[in-house]
Amino acid sequence: MSQSAAASGPVPVPSRDQPPASVYGPWAWLRANLFSSWWSTALSLLLGYLILRGAWGFFSWGILHAVWTVPDGANGPDTAACQAVKGVGACWAVVEEKFRFIIFGRYPYESQWRPALCVAIFIGLYIISSMRRFWRLKLLYIWIAALIVIGVLMWGGILGMEYVPQDSWGGLPITLILSTFGLAFAFPLAVAVALGRRSTKLPAVKMLCVLYVELIRGVPLISLLFMASVMFPLFMPEGVNIDKLLRAQIAFILFAGAYLAEVVRGGLQSLPKGQGEAADALGLPYWQKTGFIILPQALRMVIPPLVNTFIGFFKDTSLVLIIGIMDLLTAGKTALAEPVWQAYSAEVYILLAVIYFCFCYSMSRYSRNLERLLSRNRNR
Amino acid sequence: MSATAEMIAPGHNSGETPAIVLDKVNKWYGTMHVLRDVTMTIAQKEKVVICGPSGSGKSTTIRCINRLESHQEGRILVDGTELTDDTRSLDTIRREVGMVFQSFNLFPHLTILDNLTLAPIWVRKMPKAEAEELAMGYLKRVKIPEQAKKFPGQLSGGQQQRVAIARALCMKPKIMLFDEPTSALDPEMIKEVLDVMIELAESGMTMVCVTHEMGFARQVADRVVFMDRGEIVESGAPTRMFEDPQTDRLKLFLSQILRGH
Repeated sequence: MSQSAAASGPVPVPSRDQPPASVYGPWAWLRANLFSSWWSTALSLLLGYLILRGAWGFFSWGILHAVWTVPDGANGPDTAACQAVKGVGACWAVVEEKFRFIIFGRYPYESQWRPALCVAIFIGLYIISSMRRFWRLKLLYIWIAALIVIGVLMWGGILGMEYVPQDSWGGLPITLILSTFGLAFAFPLAVAVALGRRSTKLPAVKMLCVLYVELIRGVPLISLLFMASVMFPLFMPEGVNIDKLLRAQIAFILFAGAYLAEVVRGGLQSLPKGQGEAADALGLPYWQKTGFIILPQALRMVIPPLVNTFIGFFKDTSLVLIIGIMDLLTAGKTALAEPVWQAYSAEVYILLAVIYFCFCYSMSRYSRNLERLLSRNRNR
Repeated sequence: MSATAEMIAPGHNSGETPAIVLDKVNKWYGTMHVLRDVTMTIAQKEKVVICGPSGSGKSTTIRCINRLESHQEGRILVDGTELTDDTRSLDTIRREVGMVFQSFNLFPHLTILDNLTLAPIWVRKMPKAEAEELAMGYLKRVKIPEQAKKFPGQLSGGQQQRVAIARALCMKPKIMLFDEPTSALDPEMIKEVLDVMIELAESGMTMVCVTHEMGFARQVADRVVFMDRGEIVESGAPTRMFEDPQTDRLKLFLSQILRGH
């Protein structure tokens, strides 16, 4: 090294705001990800073509050539227009005709504002529960109040609302009732079972928890629903009659609880032992250690599989078809049973898919936001 | 092998209840005999440094003192109370014994202030304002009061360990246990933690410290205990131990760790 260079010291490299444009920016992204090699370029062009063709096909079928409504004929709706565009255009008229049946099932037509209000209450409940600043004890009371209001609205019989027996309930409210209250009760049950399974001091509790999880996981949900619907009444004393929806609800809670328990247990296991030891060393008793230190961290860690299970169970509610409860999917299928509309199942199923997608995707988005929010503080 | 262990270090009142008594403590992990007839008495306000090669049982010994590990044979008495599986007496003992871990073990989802006030509020039932005042006092003592609202992930290792010491001190324990507190730290941060420990020692706390920092032992310890393969091999005053080791095992150990010093 020459003397003069060493004498003045090396020139410091200036700091720049961003890398050069050839590696940073939209064109660079395209070049690097889609067109980086001949093979990559060919694949990108092929897939791009297929996507555009599919999108155009759907647009053409679903919007351009679709029939949105049909006039009423002498014997019900006159579907001549729909039949004319069969295969070329969608017949959304089935949605227009059958929408209220799909959403509300056999609920009396004039009283359908009540289940509609229930759906709105559910959505409001989800939104409130998702916002962190409402995570206080008050939230529990809000849920209990909502449960009571929904019950009153659906059954009626008081305040001038006509009484609607449970057999007439159907559609989206049933799906929301089963999934919301199912998961709301299954989650605390799951946490309790997961903690019980890790208990070292109470072997009886541990064995009970293991038995519960393994038995429930060993049978399909359908068989649990059958057992709930058929066997429960056999075990009840004479005259005691638990209604069908409640039986399905209990089966659902037990089923979801077992799966969620294993997810929570995974989270508990992956927490470093040192956290529990530090809490022990401070003299924190078991419930405070678990509630303040262990569970907040363990649950945070398993948000992805938890939400995964929630989304799966939301859609599993459609299995109550088996025991004669009309949920959203069943209402859709029943709507198609009418001979006039039998050929247009695709449209109805697309509608159902859109509704399910809205709920499931919201859960998914929320979970990502929650993860991001909760991990914001942990990194330097 | 019977140790040349002085049961009560000179200069301490032998009439007082000893802070910690280990009487022929034996522990097994399955068939592995990890603690063999460990016998030691630590007086109030005494500072003991336990050293030894890895696997010698030194961490296991101090973890037995606050029942993070349980012993199968022998007796352990903390402040006169015997350690058993009874939860209530265990919680009482743990309140009086503070512990600082090698991996800090701060609660990452709570702020520094919440880390410190959690136990005083929920175990000693202190009102929140009083607990926060106490916590700020200890944060000042470990010289990082400005970090109170941050999260552990935002602090350096040395700062985190000082917070861990402050957290243990917030419970106003009678005895402090240190399990290799500086082993996971970068060299430039070791000094700041040792300074805190030296100040704590000089203020009269009973301390049992597992460490490799021999300089700290020389400066602060009343007694150094050398363990190897689960048993106490030799113990005595630091100067005597380092300059005039009696047993071959201690001589070998000292030559290994003091090489390069």
